[in-house]
Amino acid sequence: MTDTSEATIQRYPFGDPDRLNLDPRYARLRRDEPLIRVRLPYGEPAWLATRHADVRTVLGDARFSRAAAVGRDEPRNTARQIQGGILSMDPPDHTRLRRLVARAFTARRVEELRPRTRQIADELVDNLLAAGPPADLVEHVATPLPIRVICDLLGVPVTDQDRFHTWSEAIVSTTSLSPERIQQYIDNLFAYMGELIARRRDEPTDDLIGAMVRARDADDRLSEEEVVQLAAGLLAAGHETTVTQIPNFAYVLLQHPDEWARLRADRTLVPRAVEELMRFVPLGATAAFARYAKEDVEIGGVLVRAGEPVVVSIPSANRDETVFADADRLDLGREVNPHLGFGHGVHHCVGAQLARMELQVVLDTLLDRTPGLRLAVPEPELVWKSGLLVRGLTAMPVAW
Amino acid sequence: MSMEEGQSGPGWRLHVDPTRCIGSGICAGTAPRHFGLVDGLSRPLAERVSPAQAVLDAADSCPMEAILVSEADSRRRIAPEP
Repeated sequence: MTDTSEATIQRYPFGDPDRLNLDPRYARLRRDEPLIRVRLPYGEPAWLATRHADVRTVLGDARFSRAAAVGRDEPRNTARQIQGGILSMDPPDHTRLRRLVARAFTARRVEELRPRTRQIADELVDNLLAAGPPADLVEHVATPLPIRVICDLLGVPVTDQDRFHTWSEAIVSTTSLSPERIQQYIDNLFAYMGELIARRRDEPTDDLIGAMVRARDADDRLSEEEVVQLAAGLLAAGHETTVTQIPNFAYVLLQHPDEWARLRADRTLVPRAVEELMRFVPLGATAAFARYAKEDVEIGGVLVRAGEPVVVSIPSANRDETVFADADRLDLGREVNPHLGFGHGVHHCVGAQLARMELQVVLDTLLDRTPGLRLAVPEPELVWKSGLLVRGLTAMPVAW
Repeated sequence: MSMEEGQSGPGWRLHVDPTRCIGSGICAGTAPRHFGLVDGLSRPLAERVSPAQAVLDAADSCPMEAILVSEADSRRRIAPEP
């Protein structure tokens, strides 16, 4: 089954996302046709991998490359190619940059931020309670919490958040912003971070940007542009994703009242619940960051030729019934949960431990403060974002 | 790269703490000649290795600090950085 004629190439994504429902055709693909030919809105055709084992191979095996995408007509969701930066690198170049920040995001370092994060969460829930009911969980809690945490960690003034929060949408936008606007926002983000880094050089600080500036000045293998891009990427990625996942988690829990009650009754389940929600929520609305085979590799019974790009569906991998028993069921007590919600391999989310901690703190805080949490509008009235790489709610009116 | 594979010397010892490893695959991608995933968790392909920069990179990139690189003889810790 390796017919690669044009006729067999399917458009991808298969359709507009429907809330947090996963298209049932992934289950069929995992069973019958684990690798298919797809065409994203722009760029050359690609293979799409849907099984857990294959997705892990494509993301983790050194025979697949991100650097090889540079100069190719990369499968993508926007007209313009956005290449360069750490996501277009392989080891050892990738490692040179990743090491600069990885030590700030270890589980141990992140744990030190938990008390402060809980304090922020409590303040934000105070605001939520004062504003309603009903009040918007997105505006009062989900948006400001990750922004305040990443600003503290990086050393970015939180008073500038309205500006860079607007610009950050550019890194997850597909059609929500015009190509010109995406470019303008990315330029703004880089210019803002460039100025901040220049100031840190004159006035050294103990935060992560201060540490990056010192590392750059001590190591001439790091260019100024690389450091600016990396810091801007952390700032933008550091909140677009968690900001979106907090309401997604709350939405899924409210759609599963038995599981929400189970969590209320046994708070020791919170860490497992976060892993299960990372698995269950199909955050990605499309595929991005194709990996190029550096040599012929057989995956899913198909020979991927050297030079061919492969994209993956992480939401599909996370529902693979050969890995997760009763994969379509939300089970907050799931013990074995090797989900790929943070990716896999060298590009595994550098902020994964931070996101986990934030999501645990938010669940704990909501369980403490709003155990009767419920939607304040009928579910069909919720408005979902569109034109983004991720699925999420524009607002989530809740009562308690 | 500041250290070449196969450099002579006392050698290093690799250990992955299976209770900390989350199977992120970062080490296997960073140092594929030194780490591999077995049943979803990382294992060194050999316990004693010649000094290599990729091994330090892997240990310093692990979010769980699950990889310990030490001098084979003295057991002095080399990576991760504290």
